[in-house]
Amino acid sequence: MRIAFFGGVYNNYLALQAAIEDARRRDTQGMYCLGDLGAFGPYPDRVCEMIREHEIDCVQGNYDHSIGNDLQDCQCGYTDPRDNYFAQISYEYTYENTNDDHKRWMRKLDKEIRFERYGARFLLCHGSPRKTNEFLWESTTSTHFLNKLAEDFQADLILGTHTGVHWHRELQGGRRFVNVGVLGRPENDGRSNVWYAIVDVKEAIGGAAATPLFQVEFVPVQYDYQRLAGEMRAEKLPEEFVQTTLTGWWTTCLEVLPAKERRRGKY
Amino acid sequence: MTIEDAATEGGGEATVNSPVVELAALDELWFQVSGTLCNLECTHCFISCSPHNDSYGYLSLEQVEEQLVESVRWGVKEYYFTGGEPFLNREIVSILCRALDFGPVTVLTNGTVLKREWLQQLQQKERAVDYSLEFRVSIDGPTSEMNDPVRGPRTFERAMQGVALLVEYGFLPIITMTRIWDESREEEILSSFQQLLRDHGCDRPRIKILPRLKIGAEVCRTEGYGEYDRVTPEMMKDFDVSQLICSHSRVVTDRGVAVCPILLDSPDSLMGDSIEQSNRAFSLKHGACYTCYQYGSICTNPSSKRVE
Repeated sequence: MRIAFFGGVYNNYLALQAAIEDARRRDTQGMYCLGDLGAFGPYPDRVCEMIREHEIDCVQGNYDHSIGNDLQDCQCGYTDPRDNYFAQISYEYTYENTNDDHKRWMRKLDKEIRFERYGARFLLCHGSPRKTNEFLWESTTSTHFLNKLAEDFQADLILGTHTGVHWHRELQGGRRFVNVGVLGRPENDGRSNVWYAIVDVKEAIGGAAATPLFQVEFVPVQYDYQRLAGEMRAEKLPEEFVQTTLTGWWTTCLEVLPAKERRRGKY
Repeated sequence: MTIEDAATEGGGEATVNSPVVELAALDELWFQVSGTLCNLECTHCFISCSPHNDSYGYLSLEQVEEQLVESVRWGVKEYYFTGGEPFLNREIVSILCRALDFGPVTVLTNGTVLKREWLQQLQQKERAVDYSLEFRVSIDGPTSEMNDPVRGPRTFERAMQGVALLVEYGFLPIITMTRIWDESREEEILSSFQQLLRDHGCDRPRIKILPRLKIGAEVCRTEGYGEYDRVTPEMMKDFDVSQLICSHSRVVTDRGVAVCPILLDSPDSLMGDSIEQSNRAFSLKHGACYTCYQYGSICTNPSSKRVE
């Protein structure tokens, strides 16, 4: 069984549309979103409409919690004044341009989604199972920390997003942690595409007691980023964001990056 | 000791009614790897480190390794190495390399004693593992005029040479400044340091600002905590306890496991001989707890800082 997982969408309805179509072509039997529908891009209502129209179950990210509860900021967890300055611009834009019905819907989203397939316990969260806005970066998260999370939260597969960069790690007993990446903006690698993840789960040979088999595939999504950039400019969003969309390099939100992830980028 | 005495000494304790904090999860394990021994004698050092202060001593590779192995079952997420000056410890390179087998590593240095061969080995090791090795370099301002009166003659020049060396070996040091200036100057100081770092070939300047901790040597330089600089039970209402590092950290020292890297001079900071023994509640009765409460997780890196 193949299941698609979309990370932060950040108003990028064009990438979301491309990802949904791509996941269908790849014969997936379920789609989930791990939250943060708003931020960064233009026309927030379009993503909400698409997620709801396609009945994609969605975890509440910190952004959705803020917008849904009329909070003053996005709770993204940035530490640098410049990062917070830009985060606030996109937050205010998203808040003003999200209709009340979508806000009510966001407010009711759950912080985690759990289900089982072939006996494998899936746990979908936004940042980490214990805190919505916790950053779990590949280079600053030890394997035994993830083992403990999987044990504490009784999950065989934990899926999150929030950092903006995809990665995964195999854990004790065949368990997995997967950061599914984001659809909202490119990964700070100089490429314009964005990413989502497909998990293929199979029943293990050996009956009910055997550990189910997972295969994790990260899928690059090409979409009309030139159009998105044009629409961001038309909505007077910061040129720094537009440049990220066009070039694939992050220009903001850099301070929270650990050394390894920061070195991969241009800034 | 009366509260007045405590305030004078700067490290005093409130005697009644201090809230207590449980260790919710051991996310960060610190190592006081060079004890209180340092080649510098900064006038604001909250544990008064110096070349002669051996109230805490060096940790050996063997001692560190034993705790690294123990840390696995606690699910420790990251490791921090501090002192004193960690690079005075003769085994520091082996210690950092070993720790990188277990998880992400951050080392807090004054940047004045770094050697090429050490950085070369550390660069090779970091490239071979998934985890980041972060260097936090303490420099207290973008000029020698600001930094040297606090950290010692020529320390600005020497630390900046250390920064240049780190950059040469592909590291992205996080400059850590203690706020010894008036807050109104903060923006100017930050931007001038960023420019200076760029001029030194550091095209991705990273700067962390620490609040002053009014204990240790800082008490003589400025002043200690006042009688009312304490965390009260009322202040804990609706407060996110994960902002306090004692809820998610412990420090391995040569004298046992301590609650946090800041309070080492306070006898109650030593909580036992093992991580297991240190897994108990800590009373927030110190003035420095008030600073930690105000600023939140002041010791961790920006990539791991908890935000409500």
